Amino acid sequence: MPSPDSAVRVADLVVRFGRRIVLDGLSLEAKTGALTAVLGPNGAGKTTLIRCCTQLVRPLSGDITVLGLPVGSRQLAGRIGVMPQSAGSWSGIKTGELLRYLAGIYANPLPVPALIERLGLTDCAKTPYRRLSGGQQQAVNLAGALVGRPELVFLDEPTAGMDPHARRATWLLLRELRANGVTMLLTTHAMDEAEALADQVFIVDHGRVTISGTVRQLTKSGRTLETVFLNHTSARAAS
Amino acid sequence: MTALDLSPAPASAPIAKRIVRHGLIEARLLIRNGEQLLLALVIPLAILVAGRFADVAIANSSIASVDLLGPSVLALAVWSSAFTSIAITTAFERRYGVLERLATTPLGKPGLLAGKALAIIMIMLGQLVILTSAAVGLGWRPEFTAPSALLAVLIVILATATFACLALLLAGRLRAESVLGLANLIYVVLLVGGGLIIPVARYPAALRPVIEALPTAALGEGLRAAAHGQLLGWPVLVLLAWLVAAGFAAWKGFRWTS
Repeated sequence: MPSPDSAVRVADLVVRFGRRIVLDGLSLEAKTGALTAVLGPNGAGKTTLIRCCTQLVRPLSGDITVLGLPVGSRQLAGRIGVMPQSAGSWSGIKTGELLRYLAGIYANPLPVPALIERLGLTDCAKTPYRRLSGGQQQAVNLAGALVGRPELVFLDEPTAGMDPHARRATWLLLRELRANGVTMLLTTHAMDEAEALADQVFIVDHGRVTISGTVRQLTKSGRTLETVFLNHTSARAAS
Repeated sequence: MTALDLSPAPASAPIAKRIVRHGLIEARLLIRNGEQLLLALVIPLAILVAGRFADVAIANSSIASVDLLGPSVLALAVWSSAFTSIAITTAFERRYGVLERLATTPLGKPGLLAGKALAIIMIMLGQLVILTSAAVGLGWRPEFTAPSALLAVLIVILATATFACLALLLAGRLRAESVLGLANLIYVVLLVGGGLIIPVARYPAALRPVIEALPTAALGEGLRAAAHGQLLGWPVLVLLAWLVAAGFAAWKGFRWTS
């Protein structure tokens, strides 16, 4: 099946949890083969956007297509990888055990020992997940999203909790994935991460996109990306 | 460092393989969990042994305690695995994002539920073998007939499905810590007061109609009767009614994310 130009197309998405409007007419497109960053303060709706794209949250209205197909299509099975913001793992499972289990539900998985080595997890392959450091847990979560060799990966704050070395190693891996044709949609608070990686940036506030463009377009008047972010978002408590 | 081919090559393993792999990993994690092992085996075995040697007066004078305790601890095993274990493990899977991750893999939501069912079946078969062996070793002489054994299997299936739906409802609505406390509390309350271990006839007359309407009593009474070669129809009806209600509530109320 030929790839559509947009791997993810979201139009006028509205989500409410009770009386609270979480997504308020959000629209964006993530181009095939590109890395798209969604920036926003806590509670802006970034995680809910990913959950809508993976059929975990049903929107009140709006349209979503993923890899040219409606969300929930059987043809999407196995083509998407997700790195959730929370652990995404049983607390008592060992790193290698989790990745071998996940690999087993795909037909052409990445070789687990090589993946473990690539993510610097060799020394903790037999360590239960709950005993890993925050950065190691993030690395395991990332490995879980990639092990099935997906076409499209949703990454919800992938480097949160990582030390600078691990962050740089993760950025390098994400660049390699893009060079190999993997499409990524990433949420982050980190401006440097978006600047270093993103082909396209969408800044989201109160459930809608307030500004979008390439990093160069957004910063062309000499403003930093952080200034653009601050000018187009509002301070709000985490929710 | 071994080079990784990061180019996309997405494809799902065959559905049976996915479900079996999930069932095996869940069963392994359950067996490793000390608290679950306590509920699944240690408590039923302790009740069996205590009932046998203390000759706890739960039976009519015409029936030996162990002949009531044998089917009763099997009912307790079903209750602990299908309700308490599922509620607690699923609540923490929801909290830790395991459900969120797995629902978006080729396993999907149906495969995840099927794998979970397979894990519980494996655990319950293990419980059945161990507890039955222990009960027989302590003197239980079951008198199943072919029809009563078939009815017992039907009752266990209905009870398992009912308890699992109630567990999913709890796990899908409440915080994991709340589920941990509440599921254990409900386990103990219905163990004592739900007709699981103690025959309904031993409760005060005024309470019997209420207890008979509980799915735990339907399971306990149904298994005790079947183990004596008797066929009781009302437990099947009670369990069917609970299954319809609990299944609908779980279907509408379950949330995959926290």
